[in-house]
Amino acid sequence: MLDFLKAPVESFQDFIVLSFRAVGNIFRSPHYADDVFQQMDIIGVGSFPIVIMIGFVSGVIMAMQMARALTQYGAQGEVGQIVSVALVRELGPLLTALLVAGRNSSGIASEIGSMKVTEQLDAMRALGTDPIQKLVTPRLIATAFMLPLLTIISDFVGLIGGWMIARYLLNIGDSQYWTSAWQILVPNDIGQGLIKPFVFAIVIAMVGCFYGMRTTGGTQGVGKATTTAVVVADIWIFGLTAMIGRIFLYL
Amino acid sequence: MTQPQTPPPPTTAGTDIVRFDQVSLHFGATPGLDGVSFQMQAGETRVLFGAAGSGKTTLLKVALGLLKPDSGHVYLFDQEISNLKEQDLFDLRARVGILFQEGGLFDSLTIAENVAYPLLNQRVLRAASSGNGHSATVAERVLEALNFVELGETLEKFPSELSGGMRRRVGIARAVVTTPALLLYDSPTAGLDPITANTIIALLLKEREMRNTATIMVTHRYLDGHLMANFSYNSSSGKMERATNIAEESATVKFFVMNEGRLVFDGSEAELQAAEDPYVRKFLRHGGA
Repeated sequence: MLDFLKAPVESFQDFIVLSFRAVGNIFRSPHYADDVFQQMDIIGVGSFPIVIMIGFVSGVIMAMQMARALTQYGAQGEVGQIVSVALVRELGPLLTALLVAGRNSSGIASEIGSMKVTEQLDAMRALGTDPIQKLVTPRLIATAFMLPLLTIISDFVGLIGGWMIARYLLNIGDSQYWTSAWQILVPNDIGQGLIKPFVFAIVIAMVGCFYGMRTTGGTQGVGKATTTAVVVADIWIFGLTAMIGRIFLYL
Repeated sequence: MTQPQTPPPPTTAGTDIVRFDQVSLHFGATPGLDGVSFQMQAGETRVLFGAAGSGKTTLLKVALGLLKPDSGHVYLFDQEISNLKEQDLFDLRARVGILFQEGGLFDSLTIAENVAYPLLNQRVLRAASSGNGHSATVAERVLEALNFVELGETLEKFPSELSGGMRRRVGIARAVVTTPALLLYDSPTAGLDPITANTIIALLLKEREMRNTATIMVTHRYLDGHLMANFSYNSSSGKMERATNIAEESATVKFFVMNEGRLVFDGSEAELQAAEDPYVRKFLRHGGA
């Protein structure tokens, strides 16, 4: 009767097993430091330009749109607070994670998927290498390290975008903007602003690797794995941001 | 042109290199292997025929521990591998060379790096070649293996720069560089023109001539099996020629035919030619030999 649930439950179980093995490999040799640094370059440095751009634009838009509403209450000077809280708590981590998921979950899934369909993963195992240790763990470490950094940069660039609108369009003083933006932040905001990207990073790396390693059916299968990885990673990110946000409301 | 010099791991005469005991494996409702039993010893060759999806590649992957059987027992070098952990399997796999159907070359690595991969990544081989002159030893063995397949000039190229036949030859170099006790070839001639296909078979004969390695070869072409059973490699002329000791050579070469995961034929070439099963005979007719 519940047969239709069997496949998704088995998939989730496989996902959890893969994740535990990938994390366990962090503490087990051999360690592939070169692969970790290479992935940091691809995931972190490679995503840098788009993250900067979107971070800046989100700060600019936030400041412009909020200023209109705040003017009605004579609170235009508080635009720094709005931009700061929204970016650090929610939009910075969310937008950065969605961008990195679109760029890297798909990249990871297609790369590992291509290796799977051309028997390179089997060849690795036959030639003495654990593909989880060699491919999954470095991507997990690199994403978990780089996504929080990218988020911090995105938040900061967003605040600069808001400051430019505040200064040149709203004629708000520099110190007023930066003081209000900084003072509104409490440890709770910064905590969830940093925990979210860390959790999202695990999701992005593991979902990409999981769908890559399950790829079947040649090049068409690689395309399907790539698309599925991005969609599933995005759904997880939306669900987790709501859940983590909710948890932090009670802290 | 010489075969890599490292002495092969000891394999006692009469010891089973591979043994399958009622091995079954299903992919959902589809049988991959269905009650397969056979054994082979050092110096023997098995030629495995079968239609696409009949379980030939699955058999090779189960023999190497890349797939776990649902039931039955698989022994590699007299050690049961059905329930071994992946880490423990690595040391056994170091004694096996495999050529994958799709080549399985790492496309982000150069040809030299591809061939060096098992030497640098297999724990027992890495330990054996550690010490002074380690990297020189690896480089020398890589060059020897590539010279063996007559591709010594491709060291710094990438797999995508080579033709299909050349990639297959690099795959053979990577399989033999460790001087394994067992070689598994998955469709070494599939998709190649007859001239290149015969070159590949000549290389397999050359390897067998030099080291007498136990070999399982999966193929669709009857001619491949016929050449393995009746021809030898003449190192002075560099060509295949009809073996002078055909009876002796044929005795070590046996033929398998698989159908829907089952081993439906196991015997010599003469027995294969005399077989009456219409499925088995299909492989004879298409061979044209």
